[in-house]
Amino acid sequence: MQLLNGMTGALIGSAIAAVGILTAPLYVDLFQIMQLTVFAAMAVLALSLGFIWGYGGILCFGQTSFFGLGAYTYAVAAINFADSTPAILLAILIPVIFAALLGYFMIYGGISDVYLGVITLTVSLILFNLVNSTAGDFYKIGDARLGGFNGMPGVPTFNLPGNPGYILTPEQAWMVTGIALIVVYLGLRLLIASSFGRIIIAIRENETRAALLGYDPRIYKLITFMIGGAIAGFAGALYVNWGAFVSPTIFALGLSAQIIIWVIIGGRGTLIGPIIGCLLLQWLVTEIGAQQAFDANFVLGAILIVFVLLVPKGIAPTLRDMVMSRFAERGDAPPDVSVKVKT
Amino acid sequence: MSAPLLQTSGLTIRFGGVTAVDRVDFTLKESELRCLIGPNGAGKSTFFKLLTGQLRPTEGHVHLRGQDISGARPHEIARQGVGIKTQVPNVFNAMTVQENLWIAARHKHTPNFATELTEQILTDLRLTAIAGKEVGQLAHGQRQWVEIGTVLAGEPELILLDEPAAGMTHEEVERTADLIQEINKTRALIVVEHDMQFIKMIAKTVTVLHQGAVLIEDDVARVLEDARVRDVYLGKGLAA
Amino acid sequence: MDIAIIVGLDVVSGIASLVLISAGLAVIFGMMKIINLAHGEFLMLGAYATVLAVNAGVNIWFAMLVIAPVFVGLVGVIVERCLIQFLYGRLVDTMLATWGLSLVIVGGTTMIFGNTIVGVSSPLGGFQVGAYQSSLYTPFLALMALFLMTAVFAVMRYTRAGLIARAVMQNPDMAATLGVNPARVYMATFGAGAAMTGLAGGLLAPVAGVVPTMGAAYIAKAFITVVGGGTSVLWGLISASGLFGFINQIAAFLTTPVFGEVILFIAAVILIRLLPTGISGRFFKGRL
Repeated sequence: MQLLNGMTGALIGSAIAAVGILTAPLYVDLFQIMQLTVFAAMAVLALSLGFIWGYGGILCFGQTSFFGLGAYTYAVAAINFADSTPAILLAILIPVIFAALLGYFMIYGGISDVYLGVITLTVSLILFNLVNSTAGDFYKIGDARLGGFNGMPGVPTFNLPGNPGYILTPEQAWMVTGIALIVVYLGLRLLIASSFGRIIIAIRENETRAALLGYDPRIYKLITFMIGGAIAGFAGALYVNWGAFVSPTIFALGLSAQIIIWVIIGGRGTLIGPIIGCLLLQWLVTEIGAQQAFDANFVLGAILIVFVLLVPKGIAPTLRDMVMSRFAERGDAPPDVSVKVKT
Repeated sequence: MSAPLLQTSGLTIRFGGVTAVDRVDFTLKESELRCLIGPNGAGKSTFFKLLTGQLRPTEGHVHLRGQDISGARPHEIARQGVGIKTQVPNVFNAMTVQENLWIAARHKHTPNFATELTEQILTDLRLTAIAGKEVGQLAHGQRQWVEIGTVLAGEPELILLDEPAAGMTHEEVERTADLIQEINKTRALIVVEHDMQFIKMIAKTVTVLHQGAVLIEDDVARVLEDARVRDVYLGKGLAA
Repeated sequence: MDIAIIVGLDVVSGIASLVLISAGLAVIFGMMKIINLAHGEFLMLGAYATVLAVNAGVNIWFAMLVIAPVFVGLVGVIVERCLIQFLYGRLVDTMLATWGLSLVIVGGTTMIFGNTIVGVSSPLGGFQVGAYQSSLYTPFLALMALFLMTAVFAVMRYTRAGLIARAVMQNPDMAATLGVNPARVYMATFGAGAAMTGLAGGLLAPVAGVVPTMGAAYIAKAFITVVGGGTSVLWGLISASGLFGFINQIAAFLTTPVFGEVILFIAAVILIRLLPTGISGRFFKGRL
């Protein structure tokens, strides 16, 4: 019952957001529409980590690997096919396969959180170096030159499915990206409410107990990791569609850190938190870029440290707890604040 | 003749130089209730971990209805119908009591039937009043009950209970004893317990472990009168 | 024949550089079970300290071998007191905090020195092997790696600090009951690890482009080495550096340095599947 109510709330919120997205071009200028488009693409990426970390308990420090892989796959496929539809599908499929391989070795190896975080981070570092070194005509897939550190310019953007001649306008691309964000959000909400979702949360809570009940934690974690890879890859396609351009910086350490920061400040164990964290931070980074006094890395690092030390649960769960304890104070039950603060 | 429900042969595990379980031959018949006792460090919990796949034996075998399950993973053994309540409560802390049981029931059943089964067990164990509470917020005794409920919801054919009465009030202990008798009407159990009053309430046959090995296995009355058992177990128990 | 000597030298230098860039990380990991994600920035600070000192007229050997480790070691102690100590027992949060620290250091250095490459020239000349030219600095780095490992061994084996360190590695709770203050041990560990990293950074200064973001180029290899080696500081580090250095250099020789890194990583992931606690977790359990 509680779940259903939560779902109703999510549906109503999503409907309002969808109306806002579809009508935004009426009262927002093109520059801001472009800005919002990249924010929404990044928010999809934030959801991918929010899901696997917050619900699956998988500490992935290199979610950019799947994002970048999706972006490059989309770029290469779109140039070769001159049609964005199969390119988008491949941008999901290739990262999923990569996540399956990498996840198999890590999860079935039974490594600790600390190892998993470090290994996933290392993957993104190595992909960065690898793609960076692909300058020159030798590195070419079909008609698409990878271009090394220069990246790949002039990538075809989304067209109408089945009609490669009809390229979406920036306003239409915004609507597609914004609606994609809502669809991914609602899809994850449904997934979390499903049996699969309950089970992965149970595994996050107590892997031993889940195994003693007959669930194989490894396969559930691997599937969770692959779903995260799929969503991140899709976000990569949305990102390339925004700029018609992709370069190795998509794999860079700075972005890996940012994704983590979005989820931390937004809050683990919620889906709306990572979206809020992502939008806030994107806006902040844009603002910092406009002035000279502070380096963006400096500010991001300071924010990360402050949150880890002082608000480790993140914004959304902290707000939720505050509201809950208000309710508890009004009700007859004594508020159990001490326990909450401690954990 | 069909194979016994559970049989271990020469079951042994060593950690470095310590032999925690030492060549244990143990047989449990269908729907038998067995109590396992022994002083601290006798290897009772380690024995349970070997049975449930949380540890792999160094030597020896575990057979479940004639099938060799030694070295199988915990989830594989659980699927063969072995359920365990561990010594330190192993529960899903951030989930409600209802959700804890539901997850267990869901493994074999459809979501709707799992919900029904959960309701049934909540009623049987008188947990309905706290069904919506997060398990992490409950007292130790209640968490024990939740874990027992979780084990029951998984509908195992063999149930291992590691100190089910620890941290419970006298009244709760009596209820636990009744519950064990009730469960035993349809299923086999192995119960590890320290509380001698509790053992007397439920036990027929008792196995005593000492330093990883079986010291004696006999009827409860004879075991409790045995001089060796007094030496290793009751003597120490009184001194402690 | 000449090519064999050159490749052999490459392998030795590959192993030596893995030892150098990973040693500080391995010490912190072995003792505290966390990966310091600001490791690359500690390297960078060591390199900057060296360059700045040399530019100020200090002898390059003194700058590399004394100023860099002392400066970064102090930074490590300060970081431990002001940040890490509040997060004891929270492994993941500690790693996240060091990641934040890494960004702060990169950002801060960029704000002060700008995003331009600085450097010092190599203090040693080259030598000739047949038709091939090699730098004398390579064997020097190998010697330094050997010296560093010997020093770690000696400290661990023969001093009271080493005894305490070994006790903490084995069992932190047990060490606390022996009357050792874990807080002081962790502070010293972080300081020592940072100093070793600073030394590596100093030694890299003549052969690397020194920029605020230079750390990122080294951490991938250092992470792989430490994770592959496992928690025993000395044998884990030596065995992983030996194995990975060999694989990396041979693969790099046959393909390109970048592919060498990729192959190194694949080897490490397979290793982790087989030995989830690293080489030392399997073969050198409970050793130094």
